[in-house]
Amino acid sequence: MQRIGVFVCHCGSNIAATVDVKKVVEVIGMEPGVVYAEDYQYMCSEAGQEKIAAAIKEKNLTGVVVCSCSPRMHETTFRKCAEKAGINPYMVEIANIREQCSWIHKDMEEATKKAVILARAAVAKVNLNTPLQPGESRVTKRALVIGGGIAGIQTALDIADAGYEVDIVEKTPSIGGRMSQLDKTFPTLDCSACILTPKMVDAAAHDKIKIYSYSEVENVSGFVGDFTVDIRKKARYVDMDKCTGCGACQEKCPSKKTPSEFNRGLNTRSAIYTPFAQAIPNVPVIDPNACIKLKTGKCGVCSKVCQAGAIDYEQKDEIITEKYGAIVVATGFDIIKLDNYDEYAYSQSKDVVTSLELERIMNAAGPTKGHLERLSDGKAPKNIVFIQCVGSRCSDNRGKSYCSKICCMYTAKHAMLIRDKYPDTNVTVFYIDVRTPGKNFDEFYRRAVEEYHVNYIKGQVGKVAPQPDGTLMVHGVDLIDGKQIKMEADMVVLAAAIEPDPTVRKLATMLTASIDTNNFLTEAHAKLRPVESPTAGVFLSGVSQGPKDIPETVSQAGAAAVKVVGLLAKDKLLTNPCTAQSDELLCNGCSTCANVCPYGAISYEDKLINDHGIRETRRVAQVNTALCHGCGACTVACPSGAMDLQGFSNRQIIAEVDAICR
Amino acid sequence: MPINNEEFRPKIVAFCCNWCSYAGADLAGSSRLAYPADVKIIRVPCSCRVNPMFILRAFEKGADGVIMCGCHPGDCHYSTGNYYARRRMTLLFSMLDYIGVEQGRTRVEWVSAAEGVKFSTTMNEFVEKIRSLGKNVRLEDLRCRN
Repeated sequence: MQRIGVFVCHCGSNIAATVDVKKVVEVIGMEPGVVYAEDYQYMCSEAGQEKIAAAIKEKNLTGVVVCSCSPRMHETTFRKCAEKAGINPYMVEIANIREQCSWIHKDMEEATKKAVILARAAVAKVNLNTPLQPGESRVTKRALVIGGGIAGIQTALDIADAGYEVDIVEKTPSIGGRMSQLDKTFPTLDCSACILTPKMVDAAAHDKIKIYSYSEVENVSGFVGDFTVDIRKKARYVDMDKCTGCGACQEKCPSKKTPSEFNRGLNTRSAIYTPFAQAIPNVPVIDPNACIKLKTGKCGVCSKVCQAGAIDYEQKDEIITEKYGAIVVATGFDIIKLDNYDEYAYSQSKDVVTSLELERIMNAAGPTKGHLERLSDGKAPKNIVFIQCVGSRCSDNRGKSYCSKICCMYTAKHAMLIRDKYPDTNVTVFYIDVRTPGKNFDEFYRRAVEEYHVNYIKGQVGKVAPQPDGTLMVHGVDLIDGKQIKMEADMVVLAAAIEPDPTVRKLATMLTASIDTNNFLTEAHAKLRPVESPTAGVFLSGVSQGPKDIPETVSQAGAAAVKVVGLLAKDKLLTNPCTAQSDELLCNGCSTCANVCPYGAISYEDKLINDHGIRETRRVAQVNTALCHGCGACTVACPSGAMDLQGFSNRQIIAEVDAICR
Repeated sequence: MPINNEEFRPKIVAFCCNWCSYAGADLAGSSRLAYPADVKIIRVPCSCRVNPMFILRAFEKGADGVIMCGCHPGDCHYSTGNYYARRRMTLLFSMLDYIGVEQGRTRVEWVSAAEGVKFSTTMNEFVEKIRSLGKNVRLEDLRCRN
């Protein structure tokens, strides 16, 4: 029989305001096996933990139940505390009476009753707990960063500077990401390329960093410290070792009609291309859908002009398999498709552009060489209207429910840059709210209003109607004056919502990382573990976790890198001891368990079994605890009940069921 | 709201997987999204750890409804666990229906770690359903009754 101590936490008033903790202590004290029960204001505090440790020693406790917040919060805390006091950490169970009781119930009597039942279930479970010993697994001292934007580059640089090898996998032909498409950055207005390209060069030149550009993660297996990743290196049709990056092929390529992805389709590129001049690696790729040679077999101009002989039409996709200890997801974002926002005439008029397109228009390397002009007729616009929250903060299914966070600031930036360079241009911004929290952000926005006289109108735009003369009629409303507004514009810029890059969905499945309804990756704890995924060994960096601007992305990238370094610095990791175990006396070697095991952790062995005096050789299941993750699929599949899961055994769960239904 | 003792208070067991649904329940809690106290959650590593035996046991012990929550198909932390669970539960629930435990007393729901709202609405709906079905006596082992 166990000697169990129950510790009920008030959590300040979080629990105590709805649950009568004294009553819980009183009732639970009478449960069989419970030899000691007490309550305290904050069990997780040092004083609280000392109380638990003291009780373990004084009352010779063999098991501990803490009635407190979710085990996802403090299970480890209390396990460590028990271990220090001399009992096995796996003899601790948590009854979740905060998230699953006090916070969701109002009635004290009802909540107290439920708390008692939850405590009873935990006591019933601890009664059957056995001490468990974690195993050890090795750590591959190398990290993988998925995504080569500013988030990925910064994470990789920080990890590499700490002395660990790191690989970047980038799906496009060059690293740089969204930031490389930007013209200027807020709130300092420094040029994006000037601060990004040195980092790209640093990453490429770093001896600890290896860049797989034009590559995608194909498959992930393994677990923290020991991931095996298949990387598909897409066929570039250009030999990376031979290419000198002279650019002759791109110049001479006769197929030049493909919309440029980098310039958001505002101009075209050749079939053999580097996305932009500062691309890293500076090696072009051939787009097989546009290349005349690859499609028809005739042409071969690039091969003829290439003096280095780097063109290789026979190149095939290559699968590279590598081992990693940690994986960082930095897949970034794209802006939403505007199909649902037909009222803004995005598909009807070339002069309605997204903010990202405007970045390209304003950029000296962009399709208009940095001259602000209408894409329809090349004239300079005199009246520009910005529409905010296109698809952001949307209450229906048309757009996204969240705030995209960066739009208010980049619109202020655009407005300011336009007014600065073209003082004759009128700039109007329609907004719902202007949200500019951040260092020097509000000052930046106020400069746009006060110094550059940008016309901010609180209100939404209902319609943008292209006129026969080529102008655009903007129908909006001014919420402050309560008036309808009709305004003629030469150019309309839409601040479209941002959304996670579509590839993250598939990636999350491969990594078994949680993802939310908006396809942003979920962090292990929203406040306390913001750069870790709940899946051990997987870390989050940049917009893949939630909307954020460049300064925030860079700080998060650094934080993710520190977590990775902390993991890689360890030589061994302790593994979860809650693994499956087979009872050799019951096992009949049917292989059902091995068939459902997703990790191939079960093997069979012929073993001499002494079954009630009968000695015979039987084929029995063996669990490799290093491979077992403890999901429990085998325990249910086993027809003879030989398989059981330590820490969540059949008897333990049934005891919980019994306690709840009592 | 005072509890009316006359009102039927069902016993409901909810099995929640550690990675998605239990976290979803925690999120419902930290977002203060109320659902009736009749629901008691048992944490399991994965929905595939839920042995049909546990559900039968709950009914035998007088539970009025059992709900199992796991990660969305395709999102299982252990890759395939919820697929096994889904198949097992389909078979079990049709068998339970056959022996007289109405389909409404059993339910499988996929709740992700980010779906606190879904967790709370699901539990509210389920409790409502069980209340309308009344007490479950079909499988209850009278020897287990206190």
